[in-house]
Amino acid sequence: MKAPLSWIKDYIDLEGIGIEELANLMTSVGLEVESILLVGVEKPEGKLKNKYAGLPWDREKFVVAEVVEVNQHPNADRLTLCELDDGTGITTVLTGAPNMFPWLGKGRLEQPLKVAYAREGAVLYDGHQPGQVLTRLKRAVIRGVESRSMICSEKELGISEESDGVIELDADAPVGMPLVDYMGDVVYEVAILPNMARDASILGIARELSAVTGRPLRLPEGIALEKGGAIAEKVGLEVRDAELNPRFMLGMVEGTQARRSPYWVRRRLSMAGMRPIDALVDATNYTMLETGQPLHAFDYDLLRERAGGKPTIITRTATEGEKIILLDGSEPKLDAQIELVTDTAGPLSIAGVMGGGETGVHAGTRNLLIESANWNFINLRKTLTKTRLSSEAAYRFSREVHPALAETALSLCLKRVREWGGGEVVRGVLDEYGKPYTDTVNRITAKTIADVLGQEISLEESAQILERLGFTCRIDGEVLEATSPATRTDIEFGIIGQRNLIEEIARIHGYESIAPKRLSDELPPQVGNPALEAEERVRDILVSIGLQDTLAYRQTSPEREARIYVGRKAPEGLEYVRLRNPITPERTVMRRSGMATMLELLEHNAKFRPGLALFELGPVFLPVEGETLPHEALRLSIGMTGAWDTASWDKAQSQPMDFFDLKGVVEALLDGLHLTEVRFQAANHPSFHPGKCAEVWVGEEVLGVMGELHPQVRKNYAFGQDPVLAAEFDGEKLTRLSSADFANKAISSYPAMVEDIALIVDESVPADALEALIRQSGGKLLVDVRLFDVYRDEKLGSGRKSLAYQLTYQAFDRTLTDKDALNIRNRIVKQTKNVFGAQLRSL
Amino acid sequence: MLEIEEKLQAEQARGLEALQAVTNVESLEAWKQEFLGKSSLVMKAFGSMGQLAKEERPLVGRAVNQVRSALEAALAEREEGIKAASQQEAFTKETLDVTLPGRKPRRGRIHPLHLTLREIYKIFGDMGFQIYRSPEVETDDYNFTFLNMPPYHPARDMWDTFYTDKEGVLLRTHTSPGQVRVMRERAPENIRVILPGTTMRYEQLTARSEIEFIQVELLVVGKGITFADMRGTLNDFARRTFGAHARTRLRPSFFPFTEPSAEMDVECFVCGGEGCGVCKGTGWLEILGCGMVHPTVLRYGGYDPEVYSGFAAGMGIDRSTLMRYHIDDIRHFRNNDIRFLEQF
Repeated sequence: MKAPLSWIKDYIDLEGIGIEELANLMTSVGLEVESILLVGVEKPEGKLKNKYAGLPWDREKFVVAEVVEVNQHPNADRLTLCELDDGTGITTVLTGAPNMFPWLGKGRLEQPLKVAYAREGAVLYDGHQPGQVLTRLKRAVIRGVESRSMICSEKELGISEESDGVIELDADAPVGMPLVDYMGDVVYEVAILPNMARDASILGIARELSAVTGRPLRLPEGIALEKGGAIAEKVGLEVRDAELNPRFMLGMVEGTQARRSPYWVRRRLSMAGMRPIDALVDATNYTMLETGQPLHAFDYDLLRERAGGKPTIITRTATEGEKIILLDGSEPKLDAQIELVTDTAGPLSIAGVMGGGETGVHAGTRNLLIESANWNFINLRKTLTKTRLSSEAAYRFSREVHPALAETALSLCLKRVREWGGGEVVRGVLDEYGKPYTDTVNRITAKTIADVLGQEISLEESAQILERLGFTCRIDGEVLEATSPATRTDIEFGIIGQRNLIEEIARIHGYESIAPKRLSDELPPQVGNPALEAEERVRDILVSIGLQDTLAYRQTSPEREARIYVGRKAPEGLEYVRLRNPITPERTVMRRSGMATMLELLEHNAKFRPGLALFELGPVFLPVEGETLPHEALRLSIGMTGAWDTASWDKAQSQPMDFFDLKGVVEALLDGLHLTEVRFQAANHPSFHPGKCAEVWVGEEVLGVMGELHPQVRKNYAFGQDPVLAAEFDGEKLTRLSSADFANKAISSYPAMVEDIALIVDESVPADALEALIRQSGGKLLVDVRLFDVYRDEKLGSGRKSLAYQLTYQAFDRTLTDKDALNIRNRIVKQTKNVFGAQLRSL
Repeated sequence: MLEIEEKLQAEQARGLEALQAVTNVESLEAWKQEFLGKSSLVMKAFGSMGQLAKEERPLVGRAVNQVRSALEAALAEREEGIKAASQQEAFTKETLDVTLPGRKPRRGRIHPLHLTLREIYKIFGDMGFQIYRSPEVETDDYNFTFLNMPPYHPARDMWDTFYTDKEGVLLRTHTSPGQVRVMRERAPENIRVILPGTTMRYEQLTARSEIEFIQVELLVVGKGITFADMRGTLNDFARRTFGAHARTRLRPSFFPFTEPSAEMDVECFVCGGEGCGVCKGTGWLEILGCGMVHPTVLRYGGYDPEVYSGFAAGMGIDRSTLMRYHIDDIRHFRNNDIRFLEQF
């Protein structure tokens, strides 16, 4: 809502309150000032805490002037020379403004034209350039005529975007007066909270200011309304469903004209963000901005023509197949839910949203029918969702307007039409008020207030605040009874109503005046969050190894996820959580693969770094048959490619990472989480290289899969030749199986003996099985086994390999002897020979 | 005293003095020859012992030995000193250019938003808050209705919502659905939790706005919880986050699930309230929305609003992290460009 200060001041005396201070006052009561537009006024001094924009009008350079004669430019058809009096004498000013042409060659004007005049040296916006470009008026010769000054348009003065023609001020504007004194203004752009839609009006804002400053509110006066009267003979009214249309009022003005409104009206509308049209439409818009009640104007004669006599206005829902072309040219599809204003010939408007193009005000309108109605806001919201229409009226109605405002607004609007467009108000109004609104009554005590706020505010002060906001209050002993004003629909009843009142009291009293306290209630049972703690441990371990933590988008597309499969062909039947309104075709579903995300991250980053090691811990979304919500399964994804080390000045980069670099990371992670019974089992997975893929098991549970990306899958991404390594684990299992508690192993203080042993076995013997057997045969004196070489050679025999181990022997109670070592060694050799046919190789 | 004894005494004094001038291996060798070599006075004295009278021998023998040991001890000490000095000299020839770059080990970093989360966990953990998480794909009921926004409620306009193709299922637009979930789980116990997590809104993706972002919600429910408690708790949080002297301001706002509702601003930490680009010249940064839990929400959560009260607060951490590290584009957080992440 854009609120011009001059307009607010119609209803409240703000003398002595500065521009900045007023903005802070508004913000403090919930009318957040987003920006302040200075129209001609100088920026205030001191420390400013608001956003300012605008153009100051130099008092010497911008003044009110009058054009006394308009003549043709001797050398240019599209320019005029205006004889202008700025209070210091007559000057000739050159302008191309179209609205000067009607006065061309009329000689000395009987009624001089009042204009906004900028003298040489004035700084203003360039009217011929888009946007706001500052320029300084300089002496120039245009087609042989000297020009030093100009008559301004609204755009040049920073009032609006209007640059087509110069401003014609009202006839009573005093010539020679600095322009800023005559019409300088400040426009506050206020963010209206959803529960304060009543303040999407100048009066609403003035009322809040009245409450916070304690200064009285001056309500505008319209004309007295009487029910029935002559209007009943001119038009009929029928409301079919009061539930959907609680109130409908009609008023009428005869013999009026759709002429231009006074300039001050046009300027206020412009500053408030609405385009001035003509006196009749302006009157409805002005009254809406003033009161918050939207109005609609019909050309009465057109209605009469349609009806072939006395027209009848009927409000009802649409029937199937009915049509209407709206003012904006659109033709929304109508159905039985959508409420319309119609006559006997058909729809006139979509109720509370927008009028039809056929029956509105036009240049020749003489007799005007004004609708001031109230609509069911929920039904109207359904209409807006369906038709995707929006308008100033719909904005207000969809936030619920109090039906009492229909009467206030109609009386004001009739008065404005008569004043600005002329004519006579027809006696009486039609008023169908089928569903009267009951204003709520709430009772609160000082204790209720203190219980919520933690601070006492007396009942007397509370009553004063509420009364200034328009409530009717009565204090009866310890109870304050407050009846909601006939402008508000946001105050409920019961405990919620009490809360509503307390909020009103607190915000006007000032949130800042409520002294902070520390929580003093008893702490709840302390339960912790083991899953989250384990996740953070996973992050810490992986980061400590040197992997980078990342954060993934949840939204993706099935096509993107299909890239993890050969030929981009995902298996049949993958169920997704699908979005009904995706923001882009790239993000149509919730992801179900952590690996797909990870490969995209690797692909993106491979351009920037020769070696990458990333991980991501986050949910995937798996629809579950028969369940409303998907299973949000935690996934740990790891992705690595390129060299682990970066090259330094004396050391070349290491080899690209392979399967065992990834496995080392996985082992370090599982070790860090103190998982036992870990095993890696060769596996097949469509995304991985058939020979370089493993499942990771912990006890009886599969944690996930890891390996080198299938070369044909790698081709789906912009990767180079280096192997791409990836792993995807069930994060829930990982964190559940991990334990923050584990047994620390004792350290022996006796010396250890180290010896190497190489065993030749068949290729088919898995390394982990051989190692397990060595450990088992070695017994408890064998404290460490480390594989340090795998060797293949013709001399070993075909299909044979040699595995070399470093064995460490150590006891807790004595220093081992060579004889001990020999015994252990012999056991190992014997057992491995028996089980795997291992052959000892001399080193 | 025998003549020879006097001579030896003099020789010792001369030798020790001459040793003072010895500074390198070569002169040390020459000194050794002169004072302890075959033709030195000391060695010669040994050699001529046989020619001495029998009763003189022990006297002279003791004197020779004394002088010899004194010279040898002095030599050893000197030798040590010279060796150390020459080693030191050799070491200095191995001097490195210490300004050459070091060999960089690979270093992983925690994602900046996770860093911020951890900081928030820590601060609220200190105040006795536990962490509670709830689904990212939610029902319309939890996201709206239970939060006092029945269908077609005007306040639903405050959030641009992603809907799924399943009726009544959507992507949560805020972490607030977790309020009712935790209440239903814990009623009638006191509650003091934070609810962190990813939320999603249908917005244009620009440098300033995201479709996915992380929020942290705060919920306290108990008997006698007041607006003043809320203000105190949030002030403490602001001071822990932005510094002990951080100034805050609370102003009225609206959320359908709180009443009264407020918004908290903190004095801009970039300019100290003077006004800058980060705070758009206002000197204030909007950091969170808050309010007293609405009676309707308490009822949906299983708490009697006549007996229990509570407060809630919610903040977006993407924006605050953005401001804190002067990040120019909110999309960096989820694009995960390594060049961005490596800076944390």
